[in-house]
Amino acid sequence: MRGRAVALGLRIAQTLPVLFGVVLISFLLTRALPGDPAAYFAGVMADAESIEATRVKLGLDKSLPEQFAIYVGDLFRGDLGRSVGTGRPVLTDLAERLPASLELTLSALLLSCLIAVPLGVWAAVRQGSWVDHLCRVLVTAGVSLPTFFTGVLLIYVFYYLLGWAPSPLGRLDFIYLPPPQVTGFYLIDSLLAGDAETFFAALRQLALPAATLALFTLAPIARMTRAAMLTALSSDYIRTARAAGLTPRKVLYGYAFRNALLPVVTTLGMVFSFVLGANVLVEKVFAWPGIGSYAVEALVASDYAAVQGFVLAMAVLFVILNLLIDLSYALIDPRIGFAGK
Amino acid sequence: MAPKLLSVNDLAVSFRTRRGEVKAVRGISFALARGETLGIVGESGSGKSVTSYALLRILDAGGTIRTGGVTYGGIDLRAASERGMRDIRGREISMIFQNPRAALNPIRKVGHQIEDVLRQHGRASRQDARAKAIKALADVRINDPEARYDAYPFELSGGMCQRVVIAIALACDPKLLIADEPTTGLDITTQKAVMDLTRDLIRARGMSSILITHDLGLAAEYCDRLAVMKDGEIVETGAAADVFARPRHPYTARLVDATPRPGADLRALLPAEARTPLVPHAVSNTPLLEVQGLTKTYTGKSGPVHAVKGIDFTIRQGASVGLVGESGCGKSTTSSMLVRLLDPSAGRILFDGQDIGAIPADRFARNPLRGAIQMVFQDATDSLNPRHTARDTIGEPLRRLTTLDGAARRARVEELAAMTGLPAGLLDRFPHQLSGGQKARVGIARAIATDPRLLILDEPTAALDVSIQAVVLNLLADLRTRLGMSYLFVSHDLNVVRLLCDEVIVMQGGEIVEAGPAAQVMDAPAHPYTRALLGAAPKPPSAPRSPQAPDRAAE
Repeated sequence: MRGRAVALGLRIAQTLPVLFGVVLISFLLTRALPGDPAAYFAGVMADAESIEATRVKLGLDKSLPEQFAIYVGDLFRGDLGRSVGTGRPVLTDLAERLPASLELTLSALLLSCLIAVPLGVWAAVRQGSWVDHLCRVLVTAGVSLPTFFTGVLLIYVFYYLLGWAPSPLGRLDFIYLPPPQVTGFYLIDSLLAGDAETFFAALRQLALPAATLALFTLAPIARMTRAAMLTALSSDYIRTARAAGLTPRKVLYGYAFRNALLPVVTTLGMVFSFVLGANVLVEKVFAWPGIGSYAVEALVASDYAAVQGFVLAMAVLFVILNLLIDLSYALIDPRIGFAGK
Repeated sequence: MAPKLLSVNDLAVSFRTRRGEVKAVRGISFALARGETLGIVGESGSGKSVTSYALLRILDAGGTIRTGGVTYGGIDLRAASERGMRDIRGREISMIFQNPRAALNPIRKVGHQIEDVLRQHGRASRQDARAKAIKALADVRINDPEARYDAYPFELSGGMCQRVVIAIALACDPKLLIADEPTTGLDITTQKAVMDLTRDLIRARGMSSILITHDLGLAAEYCDRLAVMKDGEIVETGAAADVFARPRHPYTARLVDATPRPGADLRALLPAEARTPLVPHAVSNTPLLEVQGLTKTYTGKSGPVHAVKGIDFTIRQGASVGLVGESGCGKSTTSSMLVRLLDPSAGRILFDGQDIGAIPADRFARNPLRGAIQMVFQDATDSLNPRHTARDTIGEPLRRLTTLDGAARRARVEELAAMTGLPAGLLDRFPHQLSGGQKARVGIARAIATDPRLLILDEPTAALDVSIQAVVLNLLADLRTRLGMSYLFVSHDLNVVRLLCDEVIVMQGGEIVEAGPAAQVMDAPAHPYTRALLGAAPKPPSAPRSPQAPDRAAE
């Protein structure tokens, strides 16, 4: 157990250089962006002198290494800087918007796993049957329809035609107050506050954007589950299990599925990371106050602090995600130890 | 007369494939009495494994029993319900498989895998499952079964994995055990240990068994009766000693002839009509390759691993030297260093007096001597580029190492194909369009393309059927005479080494434990390890028995 803890500590220590690299690269890249933020924030009426004054105020007159040293020093104090666009500390903005994106992404992934994994397993077991074909159709549709299209289609059908869904404007209808912030996830916070009405209101708002993203992420997960199950089911140990008279249930779930989980978890990690970056379109369509739309606005405005804060937040998120995936590998497969890395 | 435990009547199995129906088994019949051991022997594609899967109804997708019946203890297995079959599998009839490591669930503790079977058949409850699983491990003579209960398959050796597979198969005291190539891929001493263990357990429990194998010698040693299969049909059945000593069917006779055994020379492996006189090869006293203090040490996770510990030997010009030992003894590391694909940690490799060990392996490809030392690899399929035709493959070394081009190279490739007995019409085929024996010929033709003086052969016949092995071994013997090559023949099969080699080197744990003329090492082994290796080789009934081997006929 002690060896395991040391190995885990080492694995976490490996993330530090990655984070430093992200800090450095995001800093340099934002500086390389075209456009002069001093001119942008001084306003259209500013003359050369007031632009220069803004430049000094923003600290942009100093040399790059100096700026970097100040930035890193601020980071250590937990200060991500102030967004010039919103006028608020970047940390506050992120704390408000990141949970919105995470809530959307995680619910979408949960929904997509609940459908894709059983579908993939079933398609593999009944290879060539109608389930297999259904799986193929769903998978193809999922990848080929862009999210902004399915989003708009869902809004048209469920909001405009059927009137089942609430208006697609943000996380909560305006007649409700957001629950007191604990995790930032409205679903969880409203339950913690014991407010069922707000919970269902938030759930109704979430349903369509989550379904849109889920449809998009269904494809890789279902496809990988099917392939991994097919590989597992054709292995020698499955034949041994069948020859020993184990029930099909035990063979399928106890033996094949656990072995098939490894590639599925890998895919899940990849899907999560690209969805978190790619859900900006869905956020725009549903007016979801998430981190994607925040980052795009900041980028357009050359809002250095906000862009750097976003990139850093994403990097930390991915590092945590990869750590979790590695940990789950070790849980699923005894052959994978941290010592081997 | 006692009722038969198992009887198979006119069983036919076929598979649906994209190219139509393939008849794997074409109407075979046999019966098995209580306490009897039947060997089903055949070469690849004979339908012997499919037969066993059909008995348990665990055929792969697309396989169906077309006709015939299987009766086990009065039960019609073909008509039984799937639920009924589940009760029979593991409790009445069990199976053990080849490649034991793959036959175990890689991510489940072996103890739990045994418990799964025990609890499936109601032989254990949640409370006593652990104790019974440990007892099952103890029954297959695994040391420290308590600790092994918690092991995963990857933590165990191949022999141990096979013991676990046997423990799973025997956990519920079945009446019939089907062993499908149970020792393929295991070392020869492990093979003997596993086979002896299985035989003892079967006898102690009064079980019947079916041994499916390609090794006629193994089957003849461990079985009461043999059934020889070819192309989905049984061509001959009879008492093991009779089939081996007096084969009635021509195919059986060819199989018996092709099995390497003490007392038979190379040509005797071939069918009678192909036995042309063997021209002896000339061995001079001039050394071609001298190995001095050759050492290879790898840096492992837990300290250095000494793969080869300072070995010395000499290969004379024209001589064939056999390098023998079990997996992990350092023979593959040694051959990789000699063929200059791996750099030694210390020691010298003198080829014709020049220290080639000093030339780094990654630069040896451009050395003029590259063409003089060539290699034939173990797996004829994996060592060929699947996207190259046989002509490309054989021409590759000519293109790289010689100045031949155009028509001259083409002519040389055709000459090489003729020398190795590969029909010229097959030269434009890709590896997947060639048979195992043809691929072996391509590998040999490629190796001899540059007229090497030393050929290193790494188990070149291990993956081949015996009849093809016989042909390839004879081809190698003819080529050596014709081209004056020296051979270093790496193998675990002592009978094969005896046939082809003048001298034998026995390695164990990175050291040479015995070396000398082949006949001397084989007939009067000095080292206990050599004796153990020789004692472990299967002894067909007609072969003279060495004093160490237990005499089964007397029992």
